[in-house]
Amino acid sequence: MKREIPLILTAIVGLTFVVQFFVPHYPMGFLADMFSDWFSIIAAAAIWLGALNLMRVSAEKIYKREKDRFYAGVTIASFFLIVIIGFFFSGGRSFQEPGTRFDWLYINIYTPLMATMFALLAFFVASASYRAFRARNAQATVLLLAAFVVMLGRTPFGDWISNVLFLPEGWGIANLSNIIMNYFNVAGQRAIMIGIALGIVSTSLRIILGIERTYLGGD
Amino acid sequence: MFWDTFGIWIAALLTIGIVSFLYRDNPVYKFCESLFVGISAGYWFVSLYYQNLLPKLFDNLGITKLLGLSQNDGAFQHIFSGHWDGRIWYVLAGILAIMMLLRLVSKIGWISRWPLAVVVGSTAGLYMITYFQSNFLSQLQNTVIPLVAIERIRALPSAGMTADQFFAAYLGNLVLIVGTLTGLVYFYFSKEHKGALGGAAKIGIYFLMITFGASFGYTVMSRMSLLIGRLYFLFGDWLGIVR
Repeated sequence: MKREIPLILTAIVGLTFVVQFFVPHYPMGFLADMFSDWFSIIAAAAIWLGALNLMRVSAEKIYKREKDRFYAGVTIASFFLIVIIGFFFSGGRSFQEPGTRFDWLYINIYTPLMATMFALLAFFVASASYRAFRARNAQATVLLLAAFVVMLGRTPFGDWISNVLFLPEGWGIANLSNIIMNYFNVAGQRAIMIGIALGIVSTSLRIILGIERTYLGGD
Repeated sequence: MFWDTFGIWIAALLTIGIVSFLYRDNPVYKFCESLFVGISAGYWFVSLYYQNLLPKLFDNLGITKLLGLSQNDGAFQHIFSGHWDGRIWYVLAGILAIMMLLRLVSKIGWISRWPLAVVVGSTAGLYMITYFQSNFLSQLQNTVIPLVAIERIRALPSAGMTADQFFAAYLGNLVLIVGTLTGLVYFYFSKEHKGALGGAAKIGIYFLMITFGASFGYTVMSRMSLLIGRLYFLFGDWLGIVR
């Protein structure tokens, strides 16, 4: 019951999507569309589960009077703030329309926090690369040079260096950066993508056939 | 007008709060971080309700009609009036969604494996086909090209060509073919990398290193552009120094 039914469900749903690709007619097409909707519904429930679990963990911190309980309170309060405004004060289905209260929260709180959080990564990536990037051997040097040229090629500083070095017009660092991005990078990405695709096909097959069961967890 | 100005002030203070982490971990940063976590969770909570649960589950079943929130009939209305409606099967999706939430109850948490199995099965079935098509067959197709792009060489003017054009015409295809093949050879682990295979794998790893370097540089620049965006907001929209 705990393992057999999930394995059967996985096989049925997985095979439906595979067969539907080769037989896109009733009932396979209908089943695939329905399972696709089921997937969206369950995925939404999974996100809800994550949010509710976050609330539970945060509430436990407050209940147990842990050190960071104030911040747990901020998390709970901000969650309920946007949920209440989203559900009751933003016009229902048009909750994301410009001018709604939900949109105000999105524009003035969510977006700046998210953008700044990711912008902060620029500093961490820079400091990490300073420590990690050492031209220890030829391969590491190639990696370093490629990153350097791509970064320079996307800034006015790259053009300035091209002028200082008297590189002919159309042969500057920006052009070199384009060549790396459009050819060497594409070739490497292709090899990786083909490898990933083969890996996904074999793993998917193992999952559908019930050979791969680690996603079910223990016992 | 007040809410616009107030919004800009809030956004600016939150931006500074997050950036303050560069000095060191501090209460203002922790406050902003906690706010971000709560707001993000709430944002997706609401968005997924309106984008997935409401149209795909409640509308299809007719629960919104029962509650007076929609004019359109759903499966329940059709079934109750004696007509078969295939959307009634969405009841099972609703049950699976509830089973997923039961993960929060530790004693019967194992029951969430059922909806998880549907998600894993859907992903496996869908990805198996789409990845094989888009990432395997299409990429192979794009790599089976002439070694030298004769038509591009003919189209080039004899003078004034840029480095990009020169490379595209004379070496571009060769690099794409050699890079893809040698990169794939590097990922082939069923035979020891010795002799010709080893040589090809060695060339492959250089291509991969260039790819990693380029991806790294590209990522850094995208993060930099986000940072510039935030600074532009602070000095432009908020302080009005930059126009």
